[in-house]
Amino acid sequence: MQPFTRITSIAVPLDRANVDTDQIIPKQFLKRIERTGYGEFLFFDWRYELDVPDSVMPNPEFVMNAPQYKGAEILLAGKNFGCGSSREHAAWALSDYGFRAVIAPTFADIFFSNAGKNGIGLARLTDDEVNTLMQRAKTPGYQVTVDLEAQTVTDAQGFKARFEIDPFRKECLLNGLDDIGLTLRHGEALDKFEAKHDNEFWSAPKTATA
Amino acid sequence: MSAPQTMFEKVWNNHLVASPEGEPPLIYIDLQLVHEVTSPQAFDGLRLAGRKLRRPDRHIATVDHNVPTTSAEDRLHILDQTSAAQVNALRKNCKEFGIEFFDVQDASQGIVHMIGPELGATKPGMTIVCGDSHTSTHGAFGALAFGIGTSEVEHVMATQTLPQSKPKTFRITVDGTLPYGVTAKDIILHIIGLIGTDGATGYAVEYAGSAIRALSMEGRMTICNMSIEAGARAGMIAPDETTFAYLMGRRFSPTGKAWDEAVAHWKTLPTDEGAVFDRELHIDAAEITPTVSWGTSPGMVTSIEGKVPSPDDATNEIDRKGYERALEYMGLKAGTPIEQINIDRVFLGSCTNGRIEDLRAAAQIVKGRHVASTVSAMVVPGSQAVKKQAEEEGLDKIFKDAGFEWREPGCSMCLGMNPDILSPGERCASTSNRNFEGRQGRGGRTHLVSPQMAAAAAIAGHFTDVRNWPNNGGKN
Repeated sequence: MQPFTRITSIAVPLDRANVDTDQIIPKQFLKRIERTGYGEFLFFDWRYELDVPDSVMPNPEFVMNAPQYKGAEILLAGKNFGCGSSREHAAWALSDYGFRAVIAPTFADIFFSNAGKNGIGLARLTDDEVNTLMQRAKTPGYQVTVDLEAQTVTDAQGFKARFEIDPFRKECLLNGLDDIGLTLRHGEALDKFEAKHDNEFWSAPKTATA
Repeated sequence: MSAPQTMFEKVWNNHLVASPEGEPPLIYIDLQLVHEVTSPQAFDGLRLAGRKLRRPDRHIATVDHNVPTTSAEDRLHILDQTSAAQVNALRKNCKEFGIEFFDVQDASQGIVHMIGPELGATKPGMTIVCGDSHTSTHGAFGALAFGIGTSEVEHVMATQTLPQSKPKTFRITVDGTLPYGVTAKDIILHIIGLIGTDGATGYAVEYAGSAIRALSMEGRMTICNMSIEAGARAGMIAPDETTFAYLMGRRFSPTGKAWDEAVAHWKTLPTDEGAVFDRELHIDAAEITPTVSWGTSPGMVTSIEGKVPSPDDATNEIDRKGYERALEYMGLKAGTPIEQINIDRVFLGSCTNGRIEDLRAAAQIVKGRHVASTVSAMVVPGSQAVKKQAEEEGLDKIFKDAGFEWREPGCSMCLGMNPDILSPGERCASTSNRNFEGRQGRGGRTHLVSPQMAAAAAIAGHFTDVRNWPNNGGKN
């Protein structure tokens, strides 16, 4: 996994609450069997004109299409970002497009986990703090810094907000640690548990007889 | 004497492999369900790392999201090349890694959350995961079941465990008797309307109370299925005689002495008297009415007696903006009575409402009547088993006589990854679980309702209060 430490970038203000993963990456793009190549379909239904079927004409009304946000690596969004479907393709699409961090008041559980496993930094700030950043991000050239080590979001105008993150999760992100590798350190405990648990036949999906 | 425990805590503790200092607890996963959309990258991950699939016997796979529902022939030769490739990848992966696979033509094929219970693979007290958020469905049996992303799917394949931070507990008690025409679907839509789509984020929910106890397993699955729509990590219902009766004699259910021992274990699972939940909510079943979603989030619901709300009804600025956007997308005017909203399509199916009981209830409304000339309606049984059962009961004939299409099993129009989609602007009364923008097709407009309400809307051509429709099944 790509580590996440600190990033300073232009931020796109996506001023919507409850952005669901169907919006982040619509279902027609979930048929691929790879982990890469989803960036061009990120926010597809909002990003491209609806009038022409399968259109790839950018919708000028959609904030991400404004030239001033080209190359942005930070996304600002409303509460409950990433709700709905568990599709990890949402995290893959954000990452593939170039977003390294998302700042929002709250995130949905499954998305939160998926983002972490793909090296995307998620910062939970208060509604007021996110609103302040959304307002400031309207100014072309405005940049925000997300610093995971310090657990802060800052800007050059003196904005400074602290965000909370589970220490273990922080360590994994900072070092790009592989979860499976971490779990395998507990191999002995797992073998022991499994030997006992396999005898608890109620736990077996396919038990036919005792 | 140990302190009283919730059902969630009991199941959690029974699966705790390790609680390392400074790390999330590691829990054992009894069953992983696999489908074609969220698994190919996980299998690739195993291959890349040279890892084995630790417990093939604790995995079951099927195809559901991508498969066409039009005909058996169309399913064997999927025209969409990317869909076909994904289905083929699962076939190949299951063979390579030794996973039992229920292919399109198998008598046990169906939506992954339908077949787990039908096979008796889903049982009380188990931990169950799947790369699909509606895995919460299996909680109806008193299992701890939740949706995960593909990296976690790979993690379970490699280790049969997941590191998980422990969720908080939330009990929602629904007491009283559901009025005629009010269903499990209305209960869960009502709950989401009350607490919001992030109202249960970070919680494992237990549904309790006399109205929940009175539900069949099908109804309980409908409720647990949509727990994720309130943001919950999982939804659970305590196992009881209804649960045991459902499981007895199923293909993967224990038999003989093992059955008795299993039931004895299952009876230890319900929440102890005096156990404390982090949050509680009480609802009177008598207050619940047939419920219809009007917006683009499952929390945007109102009673069939209600009207499309105005942005001015919102209690805060965020909701006001959300309402404005939703009304525009849905092409609705504030103040319009719900009963005056005309529909173009009806979709009866999905892992929320594609079970035999759902089809029976809808058929009772439909029997002897005909779909409105302005409406195109379809029934997609959730599984081969449901389809077969319905056909044995003659339900297919009732639907077909009324002008419904009768389809092959799959996820179908719930998410439109297959050819079943809405056209831009089309308005659909749907028994599925999500009314997000574009969910059923780009520009499509989804209203979530119960199977009975969908059936009545198909006949009337607009939403209508099913409480005023005596069912034609002969009971009323």
